[in-house]
Amino acid sequence: MLPKAKLWLALTVAALSLLSTNLQAAWELNMPRGVTQTSREIYDLHMQIIWWCVAIGVVVFGVMLWSTIKYRKSKGAVPANFHESTKVEIIWTIIPFVILILMAVPATQVLTEAYDASESDLDIQITGYQWRWEYRYLRENADEEEVSFFSNLATSREEINNQLPKQENYLLEVDNALVIPVNKKVRFLITSNDVIHAWWVPDFAVKKDAIPGFINEAWTVVEEPGIYRGQCAELCGIDHGFMPVVVHALPQDEYDAWYAGRQEQARAAREQSNNVVTMSDSLAMGEEIYNRTCIACHQAGGAGLAPAFPALAGSSVVNGDLTANIQLVMNGVPGTAMASYARMLSPVELAAIVTYIRNSFGNSTGDLVQPSEVNALLEAQ
Amino acid sequence: MSQTSQTSTKRLVTKLLLTVVGMFGFGFAMVPLYDVICDITGLNGKTGGQVVQEEEAKPVGDREITVQFLAQNAAGMDWEFRANDPQVKVKPGEVKVVSYYAGNRHDYAMTGQAIPSVAPNEAAQYLKKLECFCFQEQVLQAGESVDMGIRFFIDESIPEHITKLTLSYSLFDITDYEKPQAAVTLN
Amino acid sequence: MSAAHDDHHHGPAKGLSRWLFTTNHKDIGTLYLWFSFAMFFLGGTFAMVIRAELFQPGMQLVEPNFFNQMTTMHGLVMVFGAVMPAFVGLANWMIPMMIGAPDMALPRMNNWSFWMLPFAFAMLSSTLFMDAGAPNFGWTFYAPLSTTYAPETVTFFIFAVHVMGASSIMGAINIIATVLNMRAPGMTLMKMPLFVWTWLITAYLLIAVMPVLAGVVTMMLFDVHFGTSFFNAAGGGDPVLFQHVFWFFGHPEVYIMILPAFGVVSTIIPAFSRKRLFGYGSMVYASASIAFLSMIVWAHHMFTVGMPIAGELFFMYATMLISVPTGVKVFNWAATMFKGSLSFETPMLFAIAFVVLFTIGGFTGLMLAITPADFQYHDTYFVVAHFHYVLVPGAVFSIMAAVYYWLPKWTGYMYDERLAKLHFWLSFIGVNVLFFPQHFLGLAGMPRRIPDYALQFADFNWISSIGGFLFGASQLIMLVVVIKCIKGGKKATAQVWDGAKGLEWTVESPAPYHTFTTPPNPDLIETP
Repeated sequence: MLPKAKLWLALTVAALSLLSTNLQAAWELNMPRGVTQTSREIYDLHMQIIWWCVAIGVVVFGVMLWSTIKYRKSKGAVPANFHESTKVEIIWTIIPFVILILMAVPATQVLTEAYDASESDLDIQITGYQWRWEYRYLRENADEEEVSFFSNLATSREEINNQLPKQENYLLEVDNALVIPVNKKVRFLITSNDVIHAWWVPDFAVKKDAIPGFINEAWTVVEEPGIYRGQCAELCGIDHGFMPVVVHALPQDEYDAWYAGRQEQARAAREQSNNVVTMSDSLAMGEEIYNRTCIACHQAGGAGLAPAFPALAGSSVVNGDLTANIQLVMNGVPGTAMASYARMLSPVELAAIVTYIRNSFGNSTGDLVQPSEVNALLEAQ
Repeated sequence: MSQTSQTSTKRLVTKLLLTVVGMFGFGFAMVPLYDVICDITGLNGKTGGQVVQEEEAKPVGDREITVQFLAQNAAGMDWEFRANDPQVKVKPGEVKVVSYYAGNRHDYAMTGQAIPSVAPNEAAQYLKKLECFCFQEQVLQAGESVDMGIRFFIDESIPEHITKLTLSYSLFDITDYEKPQAAVTLN
Repeated sequence: MSAAHDDHHHGPAKGLSRWLFTTNHKDIGTLYLWFSFAMFFLGGTFAMVIRAELFQPGMQLVEPNFFNQMTTMHGLVMVFGAVMPAFVGLANWMIPMMIGAPDMALPRMNNWSFWMLPFAFAMLSSTLFMDAGAPNFGWTFYAPLSTTYAPETVTFFIFAVHVMGASSIMGAINIIATVLNMRAPGMTLMKMPLFVWTWLITAYLLIAVMPVLAGVVTMMLFDVHFGTSFFNAAGGGDPVLFQHVFWFFGHPEVYIMILPAFGVVSTIIPAFSRKRLFGYGSMVYASASIAFLSMIVWAHHMFTVGMPIAGELFFMYATMLISVPTGVKVFNWAATMFKGSLSFETPMLFAIAFVVLFTIGGFTGLMLAITPADFQYHDTYFVVAHFHYVLVPGAVFSIMAAVYYWLPKWTGYMYDERLAKLHFWLSFIGVNVLFFPQHFLGLAGMPRRIPDYALQFADFNWISSIGGFLFGASQLIMLVVVIKCIKGGKKATAQVWDGAKGLEWTVESPAPYHTFTTPPNPDLIETP
């Protein structure tokens, strides 16, 4: 036995030293306590049940361990004769039952609170898409400028493919985070555009499925300003692992300023679509949009992924009629994974992405699309 | 195996096979069963396509309930689709009219179908519709647009704690394409 | 009758036709067990691909789409190809011998129900070589990802599920008919070994829920090909309905995989404690109540779909209740060991590991039942850790315990105890290194079914992967032990284990091709 024990010791030491050199990650063992009352209550519930389980485990495993040491045949143990006892059986049916009631009471309480989404201060519609989230702030009347935007993974494909070092918030960073005020009851109306997704922020203890055709409700009151990160929790297709949730919780005044700024941006975007863009700006912007929006299906270098996702390199659409190409990106292709981008991208962005794909991956049409052309097409429709 | 046990085996197997068939049927029976349970409890916020009679509306009290209207396109649908009134305040029993705008931007006709859903789920059964476009096929010609009305009231028995409810429509494209587009655009 | 009578005194036919046309319960049991072993390695290979990709953050080996195919195929192959057929194989081999019957009640159907399986899995696996790829929507195949958004191969998947479902149903009918009609005189219901009892209850569960699975995939088929809208919101259907129907099957399915394991462990622990099982009667009633409760808890898999609070509460309470009969079983096993005379041959080691590790899976199951806490656990690695604890050191360890326990009876030789113990210890360490850290990953917020993850999850993932490789590689030892044992070794006596009880130990080892053609002496039948 001794050499074997030594081998194990050596292996353990080797493993431990390997661990200590790996400094990139935190050794997070437990659920976060979070920053909402609900999350803290859930954490306490979780800990309470863990301790019950530990206590039961100590007793049961203790008896088993004791038996394996004390009642070994090799030590001449002689088996006892008992094999039933109604009294004992009743006791160990009733005790767990009582423990269950002790668990169920606080659980019911917390659940009831978590289900009460009434009297909210701010309502936000969250829509899951393959593979991004859309946030839309509900307005009181139609005259207000509407704030709505898509939130895409911001981590670069180079990082994912190990061509660049991974940054701190690898896979947990987005281009446009959801912004909410602290200490306000925010109600989320969650739905989906395509398949089922689930919107989850561990620090809020909010996880709710986004179901196409149906609307679900959840709410939170965040108590501390900060940046909170989560992920889509329901398998939703290829890029399920690449649609994070990021929420910025801001003090009320900063939130108000941000909201006003967003409204201003929305107004500006409409006007900007009359500006004239240059080839180099368009290509740069187009590449950035491609890498965050298109690459999952059409792949790096526009190579596509047969059979569902056609290649853009050498494609007859991309190298063919310009207007048809713009319309395809705007309207999508019914019955396929190609979505309609008329709402997901602004006219400036639509122009840029079309310019980019028509002048990359070996395609060289030389076309430079102006936002005004896109605008005209949008209006013509 | 003796003769008697063979017959009893046969009888047992027959019974078991009937159970199998019955359970297969039960799987399908869960579909209408589920709908019934949903209707009673508002289980999934599904609100029926059926409309009720005007007489049921009886304005009472001056509680105000906020009703929000949401609109979104499902995948593959890209009509311009929005609620003309993002929200209204109503008293229980009071009849209100609001409308949604839908516009087909394409150069071909399309058929849409709007599926309603209500949050919170339990409010679904108190939202009574006198007129709506739920579950109706809406054909829009190329470039055509339409305003679609909803006349509704909130049942006065709505529980006190519901002060705000949201009616959401998801618009699906149910056009019966001959599918040439998909083929053409895939390369 | 005379032809059949003659047949009883023949040995097995020669060559391949022995296996193709056999109606002998021992041959069919062997086929099931080898098939299951093969599927265990196939599903294990998929798992190795998953763990290799997750060894480090970033995409290294496979595309996300292929990763999803791997998780889906791993789940389907392990559940329907490895665990379920293994238990059916054990049932085929042991139940007739345990109840003193000459064979299964419906031997020809028995042959048929086995031979459907290779076809089902060949059909399912063939999708890996198709352009559209294998099913990639998870073994739970939630609509609309598995309908409107599915790859074309979904049709192969649907038919494969139909065929394996039919096979399970036929197997279950056969077991019920055998247990109810073929018991030897004197073998009353309350004298049956617990393995027979738990299998009887399992078979009823199979009859009740496998048709519902067939129903749900049929509805999918209609949605995909015939334009119905069972689960398609566009046509007025409801994707959540899919989950209700699926889990109406899916939750009892979990108990279908664990009840026979309870039976195995309840057989092995008394044998190596040299003491009667504590609370035989309560074990039977606990199994039956677990089976009953398993039919009314399905929606605890759906706490985040937005059910009304009354539904959430009902399913929470019902789920918590399951821990009472399950607890009774664990307490009974511990009480059986208490004041026994224990020895630690490989089957006993696996059985003890089963009790401890399955109980850990039970604890996390209780945690998952608490609805508000489930909002945090749901669809994370915590769930992955939970059900793997229940299924790997749970169901799979019990299968291994059973194989080592009965292997001398099957082959007539003792297996290599040293190698078998090595297999146990490496598996035991491997499985814990593999799955325990996944609890931490889930609690820290790592969702399941993702091919790449944030950096904070890196350390526990590589530890988990190391455990995975160790566990995977150790299983090759078992293959060696089994093959060695078939080829020869120390001759096994009829009794094999000094503490073992039951009719199977009254026949010589290896068990003759035909056993109990005349019923055993009723005096041999003891209350377990």
